[in-house]
Amino acid sequence: MKLTIERSALLTTLGHVQSVVERRNTIPILSNVLIRAGNGAVSFTATDLDISIVESVDADIAMPGATTAPAHTLYDIVRKLPDGAQVELDASGDDGRLVLRAGRSRFQLSCLPEGDFPSLSEDDLPHTFEMPADEMRRIIDKTRFAISTEETRYYLNGIYLHETEQDGFAVMRGVATDGHRLARVQIPRPTGAEGMPGIIFPRKAVGELRKLIDDFDGALAVACSDNRIRFSFGQVVLASKLIDGTFPDYERVIPTANSLTMEVDAKLFAKAVDRVSTISTEKSRAVKLAIAPGNLTLSANSPDQGSAVEELPVSFEGEGMEIGFNSKYLLDIAGQIESENIRFRLEDGNSPSLVEDGEDSGAIYVLMPMRV
Amino acid sequence: MADTEPTDTAYLCRDCLHLWHGEARRECPRCHEPRIVSHPELTRLHLAHVDCDAFFAAIEKRDDPSLAHRPVIIGGGRRGVVATACYIARQYGIRSAMPMFRARRLCPDAVVIKPDIEKYRREGRRIRLIFESFTPAVEPLSIDEAFLDLGGTERYHHRSPAQSLCALARQVEEEIGITISVGLSYNKSLAKMASDLDKPRGFACIGRQEARSFLAPRPVGDIWGVGKASEKTLHREGIRTIGDLQQISEEELFRRFGQMGHRLHAFARGIDERPVKTARETKSISAETTFETDLRRYDELCRALWPLSETVARRLRQNDLCGRTVTLKLKTASFQSLTRARTLEDPTQLAEYIFRAASSLLKAEADGTPYRLIGVGVSHLDSGDKADPGGLFDRDRQRIRIREQVLEEIRERFGRDAIATGRAISGKRRGPTPPKKD
Repeated sequence: MKLTIERSALLTTLGHVQSVVERRNTIPILSNVLIRAGNGAVSFTATDLDISIVESVDADIAMPGATTAPAHTLYDIVRKLPDGAQVELDASGDDGRLVLRAGRSRFQLSCLPEGDFPSLSEDDLPHTFEMPADEMRRIIDKTRFAISTEETRYYLNGIYLHETEQDGFAVMRGVATDGHRLARVQIPRPTGAEGMPGIIFPRKAVGELRKLIDDFDGALAVACSDNRIRFSFGQVVLASKLIDGTFPDYERVIPTANSLTMEVDAKLFAKAVDRVSTISTEKSRAVKLAIAPGNLTLSANSPDQGSAVEELPVSFEGEGMEIGFNSKYLLDIAGQIESENIRFRLEDGNSPSLVEDGEDSGAIYVLMPMRV
Repeated sequence: MADTEPTDTAYLCRDCLHLWHGEARRECPRCHEPRIVSHPELTRLHLAHVDCDAFFAAIEKRDDPSLAHRPVIIGGGRRGVVATACYIARQYGIRSAMPMFRARRLCPDAVVIKPDIEKYRREGRRIRLIFESFTPAVEPLSIDEAFLDLGGTERYHHRSPAQSLCALARQVEEEIGITISVGLSYNKSLAKMASDLDKPRGFACIGRQEARSFLAPRPVGDIWGVGKASEKTLHREGIRTIGDLQQISEEELFRRFGQMGHRLHAFARGIDERPVKTARETKSISAETTFETDLRRYDELCRALWPLSETVARRLRQNDLCGRTVTLKLKTASFQSLTRARTLEDPTQLAEYIFRAASSLLKAEADGTPYRLIGVGVSHLDSGDKADPGGLFDRDRQRIRIREQVLEEIRERFGRDAIATGRAISGKRRGPTPPKKD
């Protein structure tokens, strides 16, 4: 294998694929990226056995072939090369090494044979549809903060994607929860997604996909079965295993009859919560909301540090009430509000509250209160 | 005391801190107040035990002045026990840990107040901060008492430890609005005994000179580390007072009581070298038991695990703590120890969640190996108000909490064996319920 490629194209591609490679690997081959050259293009493949990313990029191929080289080392080298450099990758020697040449630099990297690289399963993915990248970004951004990191509840370690109907409209929903808060966002159901199984898209793959589609504007081709999903777009293919578990019946924890409504300017609210929470203890981050007609008093107390109080004008009718929340959870949600106002639907200080955008954004949030 | 008192006895006015030597006076020559403390070693003693007087009741009286001259009992509902009785209520014979119904019978006029632990904890913290402004060597024993070592603070405060302690007592009275009693000596055991001598609002000293004679008439149970069991052993041997111990040589005590003999010998002579340990946070709370015959079966081991989980939960509650990591400990018949740990999603204070985590860890280990010991512990501790927040998918937690509270109240009222859950009862049909998937 021998090829020449422009440094910035190589860097972008390696940047995409190398992040799936774990820093510490007990299986040496998983530290490597598979490089396969042929037909005017070179493809780079990396995997952690759960997720695989393949990205192709145009290159000047002098000799087709394939090898594998340490992903992070290769990326670091390319990152440090001068902008505009032409990079030659040469594995044509019989010493089992990859020679990288650029300008006056020359690196020799030890390789592992292509045949050692795990073959990625190409099993049947019966459900296929297309969805705009920005809708996928929307689903991810509005839910990923609520994904549980608790390994014992592995079935909450991802975004639950499924299709359903709401008020007669076919929708696709993304739901994430860690048991203390829940985020649910919906988009119109993409054509072809009807009948797809509900799937749990794991956290790491969510992060990788989000990075890859950050500035991609077209449509994503999605294919899935009940244990794998694949996204293809541009020159990239990301495939991931799905979490094998049952997502809990989340609809029963979404309150539907909370009787009190508080509406407040989302940005002012977020800033006030952020200020007041400076005082609350690191572990609990609790803030108290004392709500009265026209007025919200935010407060936090820490036995070690002191206390903080801030008032905000709100729209609220009814008897006053008090409720406590984790300030980080409030900020996560407030950061996703698109319209001017954030709306809380409350019942009492012990019951879950519903939070939504002042104008319908298709996203709702459920928050469990804290004792304060 | 009088016969050993040399002429250079020091006198200290507890109100204005005026210190003089030599001549005894009925009142302070400077401020004319009568609260004088005197002791030959007064300026040399540095180790204090400081204890709030009827703490919970004092706080309630402070917050409601109409209670000032009435008997006040702090305790839980009709079924509970007395947590604290104020000094007026104590005149009726009411004591801490007495069942509430008996207290009410002794004094039907008493004002009964439900404990507001959160408030007491807050005040306890404020008091501790005052302690810590006098010396960094503060070892809290509970919410309202602590050992303080003021050795070496003379230069900093420009006064003796005794003077500093009077200033401390005055500051607590002024800033918190309650009184404390101070015991001052040269070691922890004697300081603790001293603080009991002159309650409330007291100040008592025990010096090196009088230590042996002070200890001689006291019961052996007063010695640190002599609990009910050791006390019984000593009584069987005809040893009832510390004076009895003082008559016996160290070799003899060692021969008869082993390692404990050394401690008995030292303590009986007023020797206690334990240092004041500054607030070292509790890292974990655990309980374990050794079986009479080795156990191998999962259900048998679970049956032993459940009461241990209850014990750990109770200790967490008593210390106002909760924890996130549950550790299972096992020792095989061949004395190999192993531990397995699991971190929970939410910190807990409940036996149910401790048991669920520990029993699921046990499942993998109960493979037929004979075990001689099982234990369970909780670490990653946090304050009790963080316990069991309850999640969106976990609304049972509230129900379980109430169930455990009720069990605990029944046990406080009728004794520990009064009630047990099915898990603790052996029998073919009533095996332990398998842990539910969380």
